[in-house]
Amino acid sequence: MDALPLLIATTLSAGTVLAFAALGLLINERAGILNLGAEGMMLVAALAGFATAVHTGNDWIAFAAGMGAGALLAAAFGVLVIWLNTNQYATGLALSLFGTGFSAFMGLRYTKETLPARPEWNYAGLSHLEFVGPALFRQHPLVYVAIALTIALAWFLYRSRAGLVLRAVGESPESAHALGYPVRRIRLAAVMAGGALCGLSGAYISVVYTPLWVEGMVAGKGWIALALTTFATWRPARVLLGAYLFGGVTMLQFHLQGEGVDVPSQILSMLPYLATIVVLVLISRNAAWIRVNMPASLGKPFSPGS
Amino acid sequence: MLQLEPRPAPSRVMSFASPVMALAITMLIGIAMFMLLGKDPVRALQIFFVEPLKNGYALSELALKATPLLLIALGLAVCFRANVWNIGAEGQFIVGAVAAGGVAMFADADTGRWFVIPVLAAGVLGGMAWAAIVAFLRDKANASEILVSLMLVYVATLLLGYFVYGPWKDPAGYNFPQTIRFAAGTQVPKLFDGLRVNIGSVIALLSVGVLWVFLFRTYAGFQLQVGGLAPAAARYAGFSSRKALWMALLISGGMAGFAGALDVAGPQGQLTPYIPAGYGFAAIIVAFVGRLHPVGMVFSAILMSMFYIGGELAQTRMGLPKSLTGVFQGLLLFTLLACDTLIAYRVRWRSRAPAHATGAA
Repeated sequence: MDALPLLIATTLSAGTVLAFAALGLLINERAGILNLGAEGMMLVAALAGFATAVHTGNDWIAFAAGMGAGALLAAAFGVLVIWLNTNQYATGLALSLFGTGFSAFMGLRYTKETLPARPEWNYAGLSHLEFVGPALFRQHPLVYVAIALTIALAWFLYRSRAGLVLRAVGESPESAHALGYPVRRIRLAAVMAGGALCGLSGAYISVVYTPLWVEGMVAGKGWIALALTTFATWRPARVLLGAYLFGGVTMLQFHLQGEGVDVPSQILSMLPYLATIVVLVLISRNAAWIRVNMPASLGKPFSPGS
Repeated sequence: MLQLEPRPAPSRVMSFASPVMALAITMLIGIAMFMLLGKDPVRALQIFFVEPLKNGYALSELALKATPLLLIALGLAVCFRANVWNIGAEGQFIVGAVAAGGVAMFADADTGRWFVIPVLAAGVLGGMAWAAIVAFLRDKANASEILVSLMLVYVATLLLGYFVYGPWKDPAGYNFPQTIRFAAGTQVPKLFDGLRVNIGSVIALLSVGVLWVFLFRTYAGFQLQVGGLAPAAARYAGFSSRKALWMALLISGGMAGFAGALDVAGPQGQLTPYIPAGYGFAAIIVAFVGRLHPVGMVFSAILMSMFYIGGELAQTRMGLPKSLTGVFQGLLLFTLLACDTLIAYRVRWRSRAPAHATGAA
């Protein structure tokens, strides 16, 4: 494959990892809940997905297992922050620390397992087109699912009644409660949906993206996904765009290493993290812009009747 | 059904009982886990809670691990009390270690014992510089300190990797990614002959006193905490949130960097890729479990140190992965946060019928 189509193809794949997680966190945050546990949920889901793939040989069951694991952890987080009003920052951190330790502990026996090589995806006719075939149409179906999900989510948030309720819960839980909506249950549903998508992202990493299990393999992608929601000012389409941008930076680093660029590999590996900081700085400089777009009660606890 | 009812005033008893309850629940979950794994839970409890205390050598090792945890947690407590969410102490620890190691390499066999002072100072400055990036970007560009400090952990880890795989690699080290072993003059003085515990532990305990005075007896400490608890009130009183941000981050960065330097100039004696041991993250738990109180954190640092040593012993004696430590650390923080609910609320049993009175949602 030529260099450019390869770069585009790998960028799409790397971006998909971030897109699922960031779209999930976006649903969370639109409901007013900040979950810093993304990294932990993704790690546990990556292990759950990988282990399931090893035992069943079926990727789709593996993705479901990853989503289930993510949703389950998110539910535990949700009950703590929504019903017990624990600090969202601290609880999310606890989830990340627990997930990192738990996945390393449970995953030890899977570090030596490998998954059989997956056949390359072919979409009748499309995959053999000049340039665009290798660049766009030899991807895992989940890559296209991420795009479809972005469109669906945008429609849901801005065009559906349920989306309006979800946004109301994140902007003004008091008003939503006064109108008779079950704020806490809606928030829990949003948190679990977010967990499921973080889980899908984690399983995609361990089953498709790198096909193996290594301790701590998510390597900060959960945190980058959190940064992406701010970068995208909580809009689905911008989340997807940002995910590809970051996927591109990650891949550029590998391609530069492959080209034998005379920069130490560690310095190149810093690129995605430095890019996250640079982007955060650029976007956050306009504080008013962030404030207008941020769900008004993001991170604030809510108790009905108080 | 069970319901939470706000207490008229936060319970003082519960604020002390909650960490104890959290530990008890974590232990119960641990016992269940060991039984599921088919391991003897009594033996496991012994490894975690008796062996680290059984003799002088064990206590020295316990203090050696508790020291960085306590130092970092003390700094983090300043941040968290000021509502500054520095969760990148791990990165500040690593950069402190790298800076200290960089200076330590200038020493040779003839260098005097005084050289440990510039080594430790370099660690403090390294940690401060790393935290200052976070403070600067938060101050000037309003960038989330959570995400920036965390991204810098990954950058710091790669920076350490760059040095030990690259320019600082020991030419006589059989191509292992490590620096030379630092000369004797860089070593932190030990407290007892034959034991590894060093004066770092004494400095950590002194820091507890200093921090207590700073937080509860100085005007600057008061300003800092008001800013964290009630930003609007702090603004009204004319307290600068910028100053609090910088102060909190420089203190915690410096403490974490100092801990990193102590590790390098103490037990490690050289830089390797294995310097990051998760102390920076574990210290977050130490800070919370210790109620962000200087004295409370001494106990939680010792407890967390027991988890570390117990995890290592469980690996060699019971064939369990070392990451067990992380599982227990995470569990403890979870259960603590849940138990803390009981400080502000009490649990009441209510029949479900009068739903209108309770506003169930």
